[in-house]
Amino acid sequence: MLDTTRSHETPEGIELGIHIAGPVVRACAWAIDMLIRAGLYLLIAIPALFLGGLGFGLSMIILFLIEWFYPVYFELRQGATPGKRAMGLEVIHDDGTPVSWSASLIRNLLRTADFLPFLYATGLLSMLLNRNFQRLGDLAAGTLVVYRNEAVTRVEMPPVPARQPPRNLSRQERRTLLTFAERSPVLTVERRIELAEILSPLSGARGEQAVNRLHAYASWLAQGR
Amino acid sequence: MRQRAFEEQNRSNWERLHALLQDLDRPRRKRQLSAAERETFPALYRSLCNDYALACSRHYSPALEQELHRMVLWGHRHLYAGRSAGLWRLVRFIAYGFPLALRRNQAYFWVACLLFLLPGLLLGVFCYQQPELIYSVMSESQVTQMESMYDPGNRNTGRLPERSAETDMMMFGHYISNNIGIGFRTFAGGMLFGLGSVLLLLFNGVFIGAVAGHLTRIGYHETFWPFVSGHGSFELTAIVICGASGLILGHALIAPGQRTRLQSLKRRAREALQLVMGAALMLLLAAFIEAFWSSSGVPAGLKYGVAALLWLLVALYLGLAGRGARGAG
Repeated sequence: MLDTTRSHETPEGIELGIHIAGPVVRACAWAIDMLIRAGLYLLIAIPALFLGGLGFGLSMIILFLIEWFYPVYFELRQGATPGKRAMGLEVIHDDGTPVSWSASLIRNLLRTADFLPFLYATGLLSMLLNRNFQRLGDLAAGTLVVYRNEAVTRVEMPPVPARQPPRNLSRQERRTLLTFAERSPVLTVERRIELAEILSPLSGARGEQAVNRLHAYASWLAQGR
Repeated sequence: MRQRAFEEQNRSNWERLHALLQDLDRPRRKRQLSAAERETFPALYRSLCNDYALACSRHYSPALEQELHRMVLWGHRHLYAGRSAGLWRLVRFIAYGFPLALRRNQAYFWVACLLFLLPGLLLGVFCYQQPELIYSVMSESQVTQMESMYDPGNRNTGRLPERSAETDMMMFGHYISNNIGIGFRTFAGGMLFGLGSVLLLLFNGVFIGAVAGHLTRIGYHETFWPFVSGHGSFELTAIVICGASGLILGHALIAPGQRTRLQSLKRRAREALQLVMGAALMLLLAAFIEAFWSSSGVPAGLKYGVAALLWLLVALYLGLAGRGARGAG
């Protein structure tokens, strides 16, 4: 199974769908973060050179903080590091709630173990052996890296006068019709016709008219006469 | 009920909830809605969950389902979010949370202590007796470097002579990043079934013991011991505590008991984190003492006196703090 959607049942009895992120997209996010961190190091190290011992001491402290707490800071502030945000990812607990202090600290302190023996080899192995793509730090902290839920603009169904389908449809069939009507605006005309003609035996029409007929059925299903 | 009618009936509720969620997303100070309005959130959220479940079971259109699901996820986050940590929690953690957590996990502390002290004492005694032994622990250049750091002729004890112009501040930065980094790595080593932590403890014990034994043998004890005795109280104890936190992880993985390995790891990691964060704070203090006190030119007698006080302080804090506190921080 290559399905990367997991569900978590909430106390309200709702199944939350959580979309897990895999190793490749996380590696990209990490690379972006690495660049940002390298930039920060340079930004701090260059002025520090001119400050002598004091500047060196301060820059060591800041570098130490960036090395260990850069991910923690951003995960607590906005749920993800800038790199993860750029890739549309975020870190959450395995019950769907935002990541907490302790979980964020655990997963980021254990990064060292994941990094061993080189370039996150252990972490990658752990991710590949685990159905939720968790590295060791994620396992110990109970966190998941998931795709952020972007706001989707809802497409309106085509405004067509409603028409009752010629026979009783099953739930699955009704849903198929609704899906078709909602997806129509993003399909090309040819593809729309091609799909609609699969149902010619039901609608008894071909070409553009088949499309309209299906839209009319969908409209009837959604709002009645 | 048809989808359109259902949407019309509930749309106003969803819009109210949407406005609330947008408000909750803002930082605490910038929120616009009143507390009374915010109190309607749980009820609104639960009615949304109800609507979403209905939309799913009645097979309304996927777009509606998606829209509601997104709102459910969003609300779930806010309703079940943990409380964010404040400064007050840090104070409570230092005052009694940390010592209590350590005492709950005493066994690990003592095991880590043994793993650190035994090789340290052994190597210390051996290096004190046998001049060549130090070279099997570290390389020749490391030995000369270390000797020059504690040479009684060196004005800046504990630092390389050629770096003596640099300020205490610089060494403070160095100690922080080096020592706390070692502490964190010792903790992370616990994920390798505890092996990493055990090895780092043994290695640190051997290294520190060998250095101490060797320097005492060649007669540098007058510079070495006053220098290390003060900050050693916090530093050595903290390294042992970091080792103990790694051992907790290792133990959770090797012997999970009635739980699955994963469950036991998740449960014990919270406990181990308290130890390692407490130890990191101790290392921060140790770095401060090492950079600004240990290296100062105060007479050895006074340094020993302060060192004794510091050791007593560490023992009292870890052993007694928070005895009367109810619940852990």
